[in-house]
Amino acid sequence: MLILEILLGGLLTGGIYALLAAGFSLQYGVARVLNVSHGEFIMLGALSTYSLYVTLGINPLLSLVIVGPVLFPIGFLLNKLLFQRIRALAGSREIFEGWSMLVSFGLLFIIQNIALLGWSADQKGYSFMAFPINLIGLRIPANRLVALLLAVAIGICFFLFLMRTRLGRAIRAASQEETGAQLIGINIRWMHGLCFGFGTALAGLAGVLISTMFTVSPFIGLPYTIIAIIVVVLGGLGNIIGSLVGGLILGLISSIVLRIEPSLEMVVLYVLFMLMLLIRPRGLFGK
Amino acid sequence: MFLAIVAVASLALAPHYLPDFYVTLLSSIFRYTVLTVSWATFCGPTGYISLASAAFLGAGMYVTALFGEAIPLPVIVVLGGVAASLLALLAGLASLRIKGIFFAMFSLGLSEGLKDFINWWEMVKAGRQGRLVISASNETIFYTMLIILVMTLLTSMLIRRSKYGLALRAIGEEEEATDHLGVNVNAVKLITFAATSFWIGTTGAITVTQFSYVDTQVAFSVFYSFVPTVMALFGGIGNMLGWILGSFVFTILTELLLTPFPYFYMLIFGTVIISVFLFFPSGLVGLVTRWRKRERVRPNATL
Repeated sequence: MLILEILLGGLLTGGIYALLAAGFSLQYGVARVLNVSHGEFIMLGALSTYSLYVTLGINPLLSLVIVGPVLFPIGFLLNKLLFQRIRALAGSREIFEGWSMLVSFGLLFIIQNIALLGWSADQKGYSFMAFPINLIGLRIPANRLVALLLAVAIGICFFLFLMRTRLGRAIRAASQEETGAQLIGINIRWMHGLCFGFGTALAGLAGVLISTMFTVSPFIGLPYTIIAIIVVVLGGLGNIIGSLVGGLILGLISSIVLRIEPSLEMVVLYVLFMLMLLIRPRGLFGK
Repeated sequence: MFLAIVAVASLALAPHYLPDFYVTLLSSIFRYTVLTVSWATFCGPTGYISLASAAFLGAGMYVTALFGEAIPLPVIVVLGGVAASLLALLAGLASLRIKGIFFAMFSLGLSEGLKDFINWWEMVKAGRQGRLVISASNETIFYTMLIILVMTLLTSMLIRRSKYGLALRAIGEEEEATDHLGVNVNAVKLITFAATSFWIGTTGAITVTQFSYVDTQVAFSVFYSFVPTVMALFGGIGNMLGWILGSFVFTILTELLLTPFPYFYMLIFGTVIISVFLFFPSGLVGLVTRWRKRERVRPNATL
């Protein structure tokens, strides 16, 4: 029973983590931007869903369809206006990676400030499908189940997109070998923009799901970003599929730790993260 | 050199002829300059991006928070520095082989991890989230910070002009080649990292006496990891004047903007950072250099 609870909790957390990480991995793997402001888009997705639900009564599930298409062009434009220029100014790839990370820090501050102005600093929560459902003898809140199913569904769609479609293959090619991808005719600038946009969109979707289960505030961004970083390093920087798997693994570990000593959850993840960097920086599936 | 002595002397007399507000402002400027110069002494020439400054500052703050009542202030300040140095040594030893963006992430993980760990420790062992801290007068803080600032600048100059400085720049250009040349790259990195973090620790130890209460959110805020980076880049990462100028200008700007727009400073901060990268990546010093070069090109333009 306990094991089942842990597994289910792990799957749910893992599903969300996988979504977070997938977006982040796209942005780093293809556009080579370590987007420290990734979590802020999660936060925006979450808070927007809250507002839409509370003021307009829009079903959070519907918000999924709203948030995604809104955040995608924002991400695309951010890449075009900001990171593209930095790429031109930076001398080498390493410098670009460093600079773009710092620029994304600036973005973090800007977005968080705007959110604070718009939503104020207190925690916000709403009740959505909070009734429990009986499943294999466990009582699970329906919203968690729905979030889990949706996270898994989005994850599978994304996986299929990457593996089976031409665009997906182009993205994978761009993340594996940028010059080679260009040589076979892939428009790499377009890839950067698309992947950045997908990244912010996925973050927003994760945020929508998170808002159905937990209270949210303008400050939830950075911890989620760090989780995304940890997952991506665990799965292998640049390997987008690896980040999906890494997310599930980390979710499971997180679930186990939550059972034993809940307030140590993040610390354990950090320790794992640093160990990973020390022992095997290319991650489980990295090149 | 003479100018420097005059500057220090006049600053030392500041509490006597300046109103309290300016004294605290100067203390703030000193604090951010120490952070920036300490950070840049290691990260400037090597090109590493360390986001661990918050960890060192917080360590110093917590040393005072924990032992401030039992131990006299000067000793506590030194202990704060020692704590930060030890932390830097440990972290440095662990991360010797980690480079580039991984190092940045590692240092960020260190800062955030330490924050959460101490938070957990406090919650579980002490049953509380924050601590009351001993207080010190603005004057005490001012003089301590002045001393720390002077020491930091001296340390930085000493490192930069020594063979360590040369080694650091060599590491920044091509670490492997430097290693092959026989330079003990590990030792250089570790010693510089530990030496510069010492002053960050001392700063934390004395700064915390300004607030009467501290918790992990305040002490280990990611803001303190980020600020030295931005200030150094803003002023110009290449030379020490840039770092000092950057922190000076930036702190004054922040203080000027904070009062009329207390709810916007993060926004302004973020915008400034992005502007630095988009428009003047070589910082203020770079702008000045470019401006001066422009004046000289004109006479030859008729060719």
